[in-house]
Amino acid sequence: MMEMLSRGFIVTVELFFLTLLGSLPLGVVIALGRMSKFKPLQLLMQFYISIMRGTPLMLQMFAIYFAPYYVFGINLTPDSKWTATVIAFILNYAAYFAEIYRGGIQSIPRGQYEAADVLGYSSSQTFMRIVLPQVIKRILPAMANEVITLVKDTSLAFAIGVAEMFSTAKALAAREGSMIPFLLAGAFYWVFNMVVEVIMARFEKRLDYYHD
Amino acid sequence: MTEAKQPLVRLENVHKSYGENHVLRGISLAVNPGEVVAIIGASGGGKSTLLRCTTLLERFDAGGLSYGDLEVARDEGGVAVYGHKNVLQEAKQRFGLVFQNYNLFPHYTVLKNLMDAPLCVQKRDAAEVEAEARRLLERMGLAGNENKVPCELSGGQQQRVSIARALCMNPDVLFFDEPTSALDPELTQEVLKVIRDLAAQHMTMVIVTHEMAFARDVADRIIFIDKGVIVEEGPAEQLINNPQHERTRAFLSRYENG
Repeated sequence: MMEMLSRGFIVTVELFFLTLLGSLPLGVVIALGRMSKFKPLQLLMQFYISIMRGTPLMLQMFAIYFAPYYVFGINLTPDSKWTATVIAFILNYAAYFAEIYRGGIQSIPRGQYEAADVLGYSSSQTFMRIVLPQVIKRILPAMANEVITLVKDTSLAFAIGVAEMFSTAKALAAREGSMIPFLLAGAFYWVFNMVVEVIMARFEKRLDYYHD
Repeated sequence: MTEAKQPLVRLENVHKSYGENHVLRGISLAVNPGEVVAIIGASGGGKSTLLRCTTLLERFDAGGLSYGDLEVARDEGGVAVYGHKNVLQEAKQRFGLVFQNYNLFPHYTVLKNLMDAPLCVQKRDAAEVEAEARRLLERMGLAGNENKVPCELSGGQQQRVSIARALCMNPDVLFFDEPTSALDPELTQEVLKVIRDLAAQHMTMVIVTHEMAFARDVADRIIFIDKGVIVEEGPAEQLINNPQHERTRAFLSRYENG
């Protein structure tokens, strides 16, 4: 039983890290687009964020899974489920991260930009040296929330038939007529999130040397 | 020294509007090397806008601006035409600006606040910059605070750090935008003392201030701005003690009574 759950857990962890790997940088691109002075791009990103936040992740997962078949007539393979799940998670979480980034960037006072400007910093120097480090400190609590939600959201992949931890636990519970698999799976999620909390708290502590 | 007569900063007939609001209505001003100029006037009269235009934080609509031999903007038929990005960048190396709210970088230590721009903008030698930064902090009475972050300092100390940060860039002229307005009277004095010391060492400075006594004592020349024009300018003592214009008298009397 533990062996099967562990295998499910590995799939959960994989989905978790692949989602972060894709959505953390993609969020930056979306946030910059959302703040662009070029109106069409700004509106497009606004629309994207609205769709991603305004419809269920589960629906997005299925839409991305079936789109190649219904739209392009491409036959689905067993791998398609996994690919569609990862893509849906990345696209969805990137939208949330983008809004957190945007909130952080816009919270930096104008005076910081002006001080950097007068000192002759280029705009990329201003962003990398002055703005970004302060943004990271400000958004850490919101990011921790989102990452913890992601750990639990991975269980949505159950619906499409990806054998992650929750799917495995449910199958085991049915087979053995026992609550134990659910308890164990719950413990896995909980411990996983405690690790996330500890890591995020460590980041916060490292940036705790100043306040503004 | 052959160019001693050329002003370090020259503004010519500068106009600036925000929509319908004509904030600067033809301001001309030249600041000579070693001179300390104070700009006084009521809030909303255009002082801050003038300073922001001069320090390139804002662009004016018409008029000209030069830093020494460097022409930043010139007037072409009533429209200000600004120079290339490189010209503006070079101009920024010739002046420093001290803000009302200090605007120190909160995530940097005091020393790094001073050193970062000289290193990454001016690409100067790290050891030389560090020696200069420490010297400046010493001069500002801030020795021992090098490794603190701004939030650990009082407002007066933060403002002195920001003056040191501006000086560390070796500017020709230093601008101050109401440098003591965010400070209580005691902390105001320690900042004013630093500025007095700089004046004594013939640092060229342009100071927007509400401290009339300070302006009279430290400035060579005072400029009174009201409703976007220079109403009166003259030697500091004379303008404060014997103003010629009715508007100047009315403005100054409000300070005496307050």
